[in-house]
Amino acid sequence: MLASEDISTANDSLLTKVLSLHPQVALRPEPFGALAYHFDNRRLVFLKHPDVVTVVSALHPPLTLAEVLTQCGISPRRWPSFQTAIASLLGSEMLHEH
Amino acid sequence: MSTSSLVAQMKQGLDAPICLTWELTYACNLDCVHCLSSSGKRDPRELTTAEAKSVLDQLRDLQVFYINIGGGEPTIRRDFFEILEYSISQGIGVKFSTNGAFIDAPRAKQLAAMDYLDIQISLDGIDAATNDAVRGAGSYAKAIRAMDNLAAADFGPFKISVVVTRHNVDQLDQFKALADSYGAQLRVTRLRPSGRGADSWHDLHPTNAQQRQIYNWLMAHGDNVLTGDSFFHLNALGDPLPGLNMCGAGRVVCLIDPIGDVYACPFVIHDEFKAGSVREDGGFAKVWRESPLFLELREPQSAGACASCGHFDACQGGCMAAKFFTGLPLDGPDPECVSGEGAAALAAVTAVPVPMMDHSRRPVTNGAQSVSLMPSRASR
Repeated sequence: MLASEDISTANDSLLTKVLSLHPQVALRPEPFGALAYHFDNRRLVFLKHPDVVTVVSALHPPLTLAEVLTQCGISPRRWPSFQTAIASLLGSEMLHEH
Repeated sequence: MSTSSLVAQMKQGLDAPICLTWELTYACNLDCVHCLSSSGKRDPRELTTAEAKSVLDQLRDLQVFYINIGGGEPTIRRDFFEILEYSISQGIGVKFSTNGAFIDAPRAKQLAAMDYLDIQISLDGIDAATNDAVRGAGSYAKAIRAMDNLAAADFGPFKISVVVTRHNVDQLDQFKALADSYGAQLRVTRLRPSGRGADSWHDLHPTNAQQRQIYNWLMAHGDNVLTGDSFFHLNALGDPLPGLNMCGAGRVVCLIDPIGDVYACPFVIHDEFKAGSVREDGGFAKVWRESPLFLELREPQSAGACASCGHFDACQGGCMAAKFFTGLPLDGPDPECVSGEGAAALAAVTAVPVPMMDHSRRPVTNGAQSVSLMPSRASR
């Protein structure tokens, strides 16, 4: 339990961040969600749920991640899993921070 | 969604391929003994520049992020740079495979100035003796010269692509060191008995002991080495290798050949696996989405004779192309099954498929009809 608590604490700071899709990233809808491809670093990433696609597509300044999650109607109970997904996308540079 | 359910979804096919290989020409300056497309001579029916651009328009609309261009030797086409530049201008990245013969210093500079471009140079031995035995005299020197030219032009991290054979399997560490010395990325893939590979496979494919050697090497280096996910048949040896562990044919992968025919994967240029043509109404998109062959490949596949084997979930029965061209049933073991089932099955094979096409420059020896305009062997 400790490890997952550490992760969720680390990801909490994400909620106040202003993020957007990297300009070199293209999203392609697929039945499971979407594919994201980064034309600079050539990474291909799977967005494995349509709701993650909705959230990622809705990211734009000056909204914080928390504001976007709210705007997309994502229940706060599901926020931790979204934070994990967003942290991973930030790590692979699919998203960037303003 | 877990990775396994993602794989399950991908087996039902994607709206467009992730990995599309497009062989631009059957013409090639080399005559590699394992050429998967039996290339050599240009086919008079090859797509025109205008047709190629219209295929690219459609791939752009399908949001295909990048394409793998090959051949034959794609740089032989006079409109090669025009096609390359058009693709990139449409937002489709390009990785092209080449033997390097035509990448001189000026061309290397031209390539280095382009964005969204990756280059993959084929090399099948760490020295001229090993490489040239497979790829032909002088091909090692040409490949190395191309790498030197790309490095001098500051191209960045190009790729060195190695087909693993019985004779170069001991050189994997040296290939990695060579790639590192150029700041390049190493790619190693599995030898398939496709094209002229059908004739050379029995002499070139790794032994059973060497398969374990490849598996162990990939487990140690897999995160830094590209494989095209081509070694998933080795997963029966232990923990899974990095990658999707599935056959992508017709599901996430396909091939467009130089005359516009669409096949399930680059290793199955045969009527059995031809889904249609980009020249038909509806073009590539219709073939990808509606061809009966691709729809069938996206259905759950039977484990057949492998159903009782405890490793089936790991190896998935191996590679469709490897089975087909060695005369094995598609719902049985891979010819290189690490449990040894393949060797037993191969011993019972009485006939292998006749190739549908052969563009080799040398005389045809396997009974296939050549489409060339050269006199046939019989009339000479």
